[in-house]
Amino acid sequence: MKQFLKRINFYELVRPVGQMLTFSVGSAVCMSVIAVVLALILDQTYIGADIMEKYRVTLFTYTMINLPQVVIDGLTIGFVYAAIALGYTMVYGVLEFINFAHSEIFAVGAFVGVEFLIALGSAGVLSGASLPMAYAYLTLAIFLGMLAAGGLAVTVERVAYRPLRGASRLVPLISAIGVSFLLQDVIRLVEGVTTGQFNRIFPTFGNFDARIIFGKLAMGASKITMGISVKSIIVIVSAVLMLVALNYLVNATRIGKAIRAVAQDRSTASLMGINVNRIISLTFLVGGLLGGAAGVLYALKFTRIDPFVGFFPGLKAFTAAVLGGIGNMTGALLGGIVLGMLETFAGSYMGVFTMGAAGSEYKDIFAFSILILVLIFRPQGLMGKHVGQKA
Amino acid sequence: MVSSYFKELFDRANQGRLAYFFVIAHIFAGTYLVYTQPRSNLAFLVLITSFLSLYFFRTSSRFKLVAGVVLALVIVPIVGVRNIFYLEVIFQIAVFAALALGLNIVVGFAGLLDLGYVAFYAVGAYLWAFFGSQQFYVLHFAPGTQPSDLPFLLPGDTFYMFILVGIIVAGVTGIILGLPVLRLRGDYLAIVTLGFGEVIRVLANNLDKPLNFTNGPQGITPIQRPTMPDMVVDWFNGIFGGVVGHDVSPANLYNLMFYLYALIMIIVIIFVTRRLNDSKIGRAWTAVREDETAAIAQGIPLVRMKLTAFAVGASFAGAMGVLLAASRTFISPESFSFMQSIGVLSMVILGGAGSIPGVILGAATVTILNLQVLQGFSLYLNELRQSDAVIPIINFAWKDLSTQLDPAKYQRLLFGLILILMMIFRPAGLIPASRRKRELDRDETK
Amino acid sequence: MSKSRNSVFKMMVAAGMTLALCGSVGAADKAIKIATQSPLSGDQSVVGVDIKRGAEMALEQLGKPLADMGFKVELAPFDDQANPDTGVANAKRIVSDPAILAVVGHYNSGVQIPSSEVYHTSGLVNVSPANTNPKVTTRGYLEVNRIVGRDDVQGVVGADFASAKGAKTAFVVHDKTAYGQGIAEFFKKKAEENGIKVLGFEGTEEKANFDALLSPVIAGNPDVVYFGGMAYQAAVLFKQARERGYEGMFLSDDGFDSSDAAGAGGATLTSGGGTFYSTVSGPASVYPGTAKFIADFQAKYKAAPQPFAAQGFDSMAISLKAIENAAKANKNEVPTREAVAKAVRELKDFKGITGNFTFNNIGDPEKALYFVIQVKSPDPAKWSENEVVQTLEIAPPK
Repeated sequence: MKQFLKRINFYELVRPVGQMLTFSVGSAVCMSVIAVVLALILDQTYIGADIMEKYRVTLFTYTMINLPQVVIDGLTIGFVYAAIALGYTMVYGVLEFINFAHSEIFAVGAFVGVEFLIALGSAGVLSGASLPMAYAYLTLAIFLGMLAAGGLAVTVERVAYRPLRGASRLVPLISAIGVSFLLQDVIRLVEGVTTGQFNRIFPTFGNFDARIIFGKLAMGASKITMGISVKSIIVIVSAVLMLVALNYLVNATRIGKAIRAVAQDRSTASLMGINVNRIISLTFLVGGLLGGAAGVLYALKFTRIDPFVGFFPGLKAFTAAVLGGIGNMTGALLGGIVLGMLETFAGSYMGVFTMGAAGSEYKDIFAFSILILVLIFRPQGLMGKHVGQKA
Repeated sequence: MVSSYFKELFDRANQGRLAYFFVIAHIFAGTYLVYTQPRSNLAFLVLITSFLSLYFFRTSSRFKLVAGVVLALVIVPIVGVRNIFYLEVIFQIAVFAALALGLNIVVGFAGLLDLGYVAFYAVGAYLWAFFGSQQFYVLHFAPGTQPSDLPFLLPGDTFYMFILVGIIVAGVTGIILGLPVLRLRGDYLAIVTLGFGEVIRVLANNLDKPLNFTNGPQGITPIQRPTMPDMVVDWFNGIFGGVVGHDVSPANLYNLMFYLYALIMIIVIIFVTRRLNDSKIGRAWTAVREDETAAIAQGIPLVRMKLTAFAVGASFAGAMGVLLAASRTFISPESFSFMQSIGVLSMVILGGAGSIPGVILGAATVTILNLQVLQGFSLYLNELRQSDAVIPIINFAWKDLSTQLDPAKYQRLLFGLILILMMIFRPAGLIPASRRKRELDRDETK
Repeated sequence: MSKSRNSVFKMMVAAGMTLALCGSVGAADKAIKIATQSPLSGDQSVVGVDIKRGAEMALEQLGKPLADMGFKVELAPFDDQANPDTGVANAKRIVSDPAILAVVGHYNSGVQIPSSEVYHTSGLVNVSPANTNPKVTTRGYLEVNRIVGRDDVQGVVGADFASAKGAKTAFVVHDKTAYGQGIAEFFKKKAEENGIKVLGFEGTEEKANFDALLSPVIAGNPDVVYFGGMAYQAAVLFKQARERGYEGMFLSDDGFDSSDAAGAGGATLTSGGGTFYSTVSGPASVYPGTAKFIADFQAKYKAAPQPFAAQGFDSMAISLKAIENAAKANKNEVPTREAVAKAVRELKDFKGITGNFTFNNIGDPEKALYFVIQVKSPDPAKWSENEVVQTLEIAPPK
């Protein structure tokens, strides 16, 4: 036992947790400061007067009171984006190729998990399940989702990307777009033929919908409760566990070393005796596992999925990966959390700050605008190396 | 072995007088079939593929020109006016061919993967939609709540001027969009352009408050068309009325008119493209596409060349957008989704990036597949399902076939398959660009 | 070059052979077809497919009188992909098939409006199961009819109901489609006229992650939250709002009328201030035909019907009846399209499963019945037992 404990690299276990804490707290503080400052400025204008009339508090108070809830929401979705972003970043690090189909891998994971739970539900097992059993079923669903997604990722790599490895950069990218479209309709076809339905609902069981209330804050005539739902806690905890595991795999094991070697210089790595094809397949597998788990967690938190559920989260997760510095795992983590925060802050406050002119409709293009701005002013991302004009 | 057999057969047929004979026979067969069987898919396909045989058979270029003009300007319009669905298919082929030619400049010549091309299309369309409709007077009304008796901002005949305006505005938009991002590498550029495409679509969907510019998801209608003088209607009916069999209404003549405009646009685009391709700029584009580092080393101003390609491609899309808005008299954000961008991209990839005839073929193929073949197939399946027919050998009643297995529903599957298969098996496209062809031929003879 | 010629040639041959199979189908002597156009692919296919299925069921169940007259009636479903270009192209194809005498469609007003221009020039009658945009009928075409209420009436019904319930503040959310935003705009307008303070008016294309949107909603604590849009989006929004502590009333439109709402929302729909929705199609307790429809649909397609499936059924039923009347007037021969269009307008008090229909001179149903219904049970199977809390009879605006 002692031998085993000695071989574990504790530093690599603690470091990512520390990073996540830093990023979360840091981005929360930054965003909060920006929001509060904006609120203070706008309070002096007619926007503040409008809020006073509608909600009977100043804009500043409104902002402050909603802040904790917005931060929690931002963290939850941020961790989901981070989990998906890691899939993009790992593949990019190893192959310098954007796996466009990763969004559908995410979707497949979600569907497999949800279908499994629905099947359990119709077998009557879920409604009477005790709390530990409920968690067991959820974990089982996540595992199944991970397996299906991982398997699909490896298959896609073999069938659609490997034959194109020598070609110019655009060719596998176009193929990836094709795979993404193909998979969307295949999911729809399979769902249609087997269940006849387009939307699938995550079954209600266990205590996932319960909410842990921290306190109530008075705002004008109403009270705002601050709390976090059990679902969000599950999502955050699972994401953290997976990210720690991934980080350990890549930074503290021999296979991880091989992955990093292939990412750095493929030909030299093969000279060192590394089976490059196998490592690439493994990278896709790991990315797929993460994406699949993220899918089931997304379905848990947001209840409803459909065959096109992967498109927007996938795109935003890619934005997060680029924001953090693509090819860089820490960067993907940072990018995911920051983007989740940005998006939630924008969605919650924009409508109020602009007096309804630009509301949460613009939440999505907020993420795209971030992408464009990052790529213009700092294409290497927050943590990456320079990726300008390379052939 | 089968392919070489066909090749031999084809080569034997493709000489001297025989070539002329085949082409003329094909055209006549097509015309006759469509004339006598106005609703047969096969007949229509025979007529359309006569363009192909015109291209492939070795005949004098003057003959090709004359035959092409007769086909495109006489036979097809008459056929179209008899069965307006065919006119619609042809019109959409023409519009998408023009769009694909524009995208061809960006993807095929300069090698820039643009996934948001539909944004420029939208810019052109909304430009005319705003100025050519009542939208200016609707600025202060929420979508759906406006009264219906407002005046139009500009008369319909300013449409011609607006084609020019659309070219300029879309070109400027292309430059503005391209300037910051064209320094990026290929795959990043793809994602950023995708982002731009989505941004434009969301803006079109949401710019209805505080001022109602685009009328949100309900779209803008009615949009004016240029006036058609009664003289033209009477003249057309006088000459072609007998052949067509009935009087052609002004509405159908409008469709014909826009089809002709689309053809003119295609010719202009082809002309500009070929001139550009044969110039210094075209050679710079080839250099940029093949190897950017070497191009920089040669002293080619990389960003400026890329920007030119981007702007030229964008301006064509803008012009087609104006045309679309006027011909439909209605536009909505749903016409400018990501699916459309991918659709145009798959046309370019299928036909052959960088090859003008290839791209037109790609546009025709995808449009016909989407509008005619898939729908026809699924309609046919539907009829089988409603009958008592049975698949012979396995004795499976058609009635039991799941209604989910409906080919028309799986458009994305089709696009995805086209992209994947073309990339794996034939990345140069169906009709490769002449440069690629030289490379392919060289590889063959090795 | 020869290689490419070859492959192109081969492709053409293959395509040609495929088409030869599905080329022109010989029209039987007395064959009648009714076309449907709705989105069968893409993300709106949930509703589009069920509109087609509703029509299909109606043809099966109510096609007998025409069959007895010796006609062979077929369904010709088309996929408009929620795209106006495809819709217009399909419309032209429909119009050039002389056997098609009526069109049931569309779902998106944005597709219906240009497509109906094509129907109008050919005199083909169009009975719409789901288009609520006023512009659909204000053009005054003989051929265009609809069996649903208009945005400018349903929104008003919702606003009046909210006022009657004593609401002083409201927050309006919609799904950024022509349907959802249309109704939401009219709700907002009437609510403001009634003196309700509208705290916010936001659209969202988001299907699942409503966290950001809900912050201002919860903060304002409005008396009523109105959602203009479809059931599965609305139910998830309501559920998430309840989970965050909102206790007020939920109100929605007839896109909410689907048992999928209970499936997604569950117990949150019946707690707090309750969930209400306005609709033109009454529940089973008022129209026994609806209960039978739901049961038959479930049996045939193994899924509960989505919103507007019942309207698809009724549109087909109306078309069939009109064709039957026109054929009888034409000595049991295939009627002309013009005759069918006139026959639709001449129908008096046609008893459908979603209402009794008489069309006024622009194609709107005269005096449509509007119901406001409260969700009574979180069980999807009990959706048809929801309670009707208000019934209104309103004529459409001229």
